[in-house]
Amino acid sequence: MISIKNLHANVEEKEILKGLDLDIKPGEVHAIMGPNGAGKSTLGNVLAGREGYEVTQGSATLNGKDILALEPEERAREGLFLAFQYPVEIPGVSNLEFLKASVDAVREHQGKEALDSVQFLKLAREKCKAVNLDASFLKRGVNEGFSGGEKKRNELMQMMLLEPQLCILDETDSGLDIDALQVVAEGVNAMRSAERSFIVVTHYQRLLDYIVPDYVHVLANGKIVKSGGKELALELEEKGYGWLENSDNGAE
Amino acid sequence: MAESFKENQLELASSSQSLPLLSALNAQGLTAFSAAAVPDRKTEAWKYTSLTHLTATTYAPAPQAALNGQLQQAASIDGLNAARLVFVNGFLNTELSDALALEQVTLFSQADAAQQTLISEKLGTVVAQASGSSHLFNDLNNACTRDGVLVHVGKNQQLQQPLQISWLTSSGDSAFAVNSRLLLVLETGAAATLVEQYDSDDAAQVSFTNALTEIVIGDNARLQHYRLQLMQEEALHIGSTHVDLARDSQYRAFHLALGSRLTRNDVVINHNTGGSHSELNGVYIPQNQQLVDFHTCIEHKVPHCTSDEVFRGIMNDKAKAVFNGRIHIHPQAQKTLAELSNKNLLLTNSAEINTKPELEIYADDVKCAHGATVAQLEEKGLFYLQSRGISKKEAEVMMSFGFINELLDALPDEAITLLLRPVLARRFGRDQSLARHLLDETLAGEPA
Ligand SMILES: Nc1ncnc2c1ncn2[C@@H]1O[C@H](COP(=O)(O)OP(=O)(O)O)[C@@H](O)[C@H]1O
Ligand SMILES: [Mg+2]
Repeated sequence: MISIKNLHANVEEKEILKGLDLDIKPGEVHAIMGPNGAGKSTLGNVLAGREGYEVTQGSATLNGKDILALEPEERAREGLFLAFQYPVEIPGVSNLEFLKASVDAVREHQGKEALDSVQFLKLAREKCKAVNLDASFLKRGVNEGFSGGEKKRNELMQMMLLEPQLCILDETDSGLDIDALQVVAEGVNAMRSAERSFIVVTHYQRLLDYIVPDYVHVLANGKIVKSGGKELALELEEKGYGWLENSDNGAE
Repeated sequence: MAESFKENQLELASSSQSLPLLSALNAQGLTAFSAAAVPDRKTEAWKYTSLTHLTATTYAPAPQAALNGQLQQAASIDGLNAARLVFVNGFLNTELSDALALEQVTLFSQADAAQQTLISEKLGTVVAQASGSSHLFNDLNNACTRDGVLVHVGKNQQLQQPLQISWLTSSGDSAFAVNSRLLLVLETGAAATLVEQYDSDDAAQVSFTNALTEIVIGDNARLQHYRLQLMQEEALHIGSTHVDLARDSQYRAFHLALGSRLTRNDVVINHNTGGSHSELNGVYIPQNQQLVDFHTCIEHKVPHCTSDEVFRGIMNDKAKAVFNGRIHIHPQAQKTLAELSNKNLLLTNSAEINTKPELEIYADDVKCAHGATVAQLEEKGLFYLQSRGISKKEAEVMMSFGFINELLDALPDEAITLLLRPVLARRFGRDQSLARHLLDETLAGEPA
C-alpha cells in the first residue's frame, strides 16, 4: 500500500524527519506512538503534501506511485486521507458544499459515477448519523465553531464519504470522551477491509483496545525507533518512551 | 480635463427647463457646482480615487431607450414579491413597472400640493446636513435634477411588499450622463423595505450615473435598504445615500458594489435624535481594472444611539478599492455605541486596497470599537480543502465566496440572498466548473 523509505523532511530549515522507514500492506492497521514533538504530525503533513514541509531525502510510494511528486489534491484523489490533529475552521464555506466538492473530485478522478445532489445529501446524512453528528452540522461553515470532538467527528465523516485507500488518523482520539471514542473506533472498524490500510497516531493505549492494530511503532526524534505487535502499546503505557528515545535503531 | 468636464456638465445642467418646484434646488446646485473644483489626488476624500476615466469623457444627455432584453428578466427578483419601478436611462418605464409601485410612488413632476410641500421641505436637506461629507457630485445632482421619485410612507403605515427601484442604463449613440434622485420619507412608526438596483444592459456602453438618495426616517420608523450596484464594467457610477434618523428609528442596510469601471459610493447616516439604531453592511468585489471607493460616515449627534457597520471587500486581478469609514461622535453624544469592522482580501499581488477607519470622538462616555484588516487567502484553509481532493483553484473560489458569505447569509430577505449568491459565485468562479458547487441549489437550499 504505502512504502516509505529513508524519509527526511525539514520544517523551516530544521530537520524533523530523519530517515523514517515504514511499510504498510493492504488491510493492515499500524499504530504510531511517540513523545510530543517527535514528528508524528509532520509525517502526516509530509505525506499529505502540505506546503513548507520539505522532503530532502527518501521516498514514499502509494501503490507504487511516487506521491511526493503530486499536488495535495492529487494525493487525496489517489486515495490518501489525513484526519488532521487540528482540523481547520473555514468560516463561510458551507460544510455541505465542501463535502460535495470533495467527493465529486475524488470520485471523478477514480472514474466512479458522479452522485447527484439528492443522492449525496442522503449519503451525507447517513454518515452524519454514523459519527453521531447532527445533520445541522452540514449547513454550518467547515468546522466553524465546532467543538474539538465535533471537529474530529467531521474528519471521520469525510473519511467515510471519501472511502480512501490509506487513512492517516492523527490523534483523532485526543480530547474525546469515552462515548465519542467508541464512535470513532466503530467508524474506523467498520471501514477496515482487506484493501484499506490505516495509520493511527495516538498517545493512548485505550484507543487501541477498540481499534486493534497489527503493528505498533514508536516514532521518536524523527525516526521509527521501535516496532512491535499490539502488546508494545501496553509496554509503552507502562514504561513511557524514555527507555527508547536514545536507541538508534530499535526497529525490528 | 477637469475644466472641460465641468463645462460639459454645466451645459447639460442648463440644457432643459426646471420644474418650478425644483428651480431653487437647481439654481443652488448650479451655483455650488460652478464654484467647486473637480477633486484630484490632493483632495483628501479622493486621494486614492482617480476621476480620470470620468472626466476624460464628454457626455450627451441621456437618450430615451429600450432595454436590450437581458435585463428585463434579470431585473426582477424571484421570490421577493416586490412592487417594481423601472427607470431606463433615467426615464420611467411604465411597461416594466408594476401598477402597485406606480401607486406607491410619486414623480416630483406629478406631485400634488401636499406632496410638493413635502418635497420642498425635505429635498436637499438631508444631503445638506453632511457639510463635510458632501461633494460636488451632489451639487451636480441638485443642479441637474429635473424630476425624481418621492416615496412617502404615512404614519404607522407599512409597505406590504418591498419596493424595488431599478435604475438601469441601456444603449446610446455616445457616452451619456444620468442623474437620478430619490426621496424617501417614512413618517412616525412607518416601515418599509427598499431595494435599489443599479444595472446596465450594454457592456460596451459608456455611461455616467450620478445617483442621490435621501432618506428621512421618522420616530419609531424602520427601513430595510438594499443598494445593489451591479453595472457592467464600462459604466461609471457615483452614488450617495444620505439618511436622517429620528427618535428610536432604525436604518438597516446592505450596500453592494460589483460593477462599473469606477464606483464611488458615499453613505452618510445622521443620528439626529436619541435611541436610533443603524446597521450598515456592505460588500465590494472589484475585478479586472475596476475601482470601488466606499466612503461611509456615521454622525452621532445625540446621546443613546447605536451604530454597527461591517464591510468586506475582495479585490481580484488589478482591481483597487478604497474604504474610508468615518465615525463622528459629537460632544453631546454620550452613551453612544459604535462599531466598525472592515476586512479585505487581496486575491492577487496587483490588487490594491486602501482602508482607513476614521474616528473623531468628542464625547467621553462612549464605546467605540473598530478594526480593519487586509489579508490573502489563508494557506491553512486552502491546504485543508486540497487535502480533500479539491483543486487549488476551486478551493480559492470557495474560500473567496466564504469570505463574504456570512454577510450574504445574514440578509433578512432570503430572496436577495438567493439572487446574489450565483452572481457572487460567478464573480469568483469565472470558469463555471469552479463555481458549480456554490451554484448547486439543492445543497444551498437544503434546510438544516
Ligand atoms: N509548521 C511548523 N512550523 C514550525 N515548526 C513545526 C511545524 N510543524 C512542526 N514543527 C516542529 O516539528 C517538530 C515535530 O512536530 P510534530 O510533527 O507536530 O510532532 P508530534 O506530532 O509528534 O507531536 C516540533 O519540534 C515542532 O515544533
Ligand atoms: Mg502531533
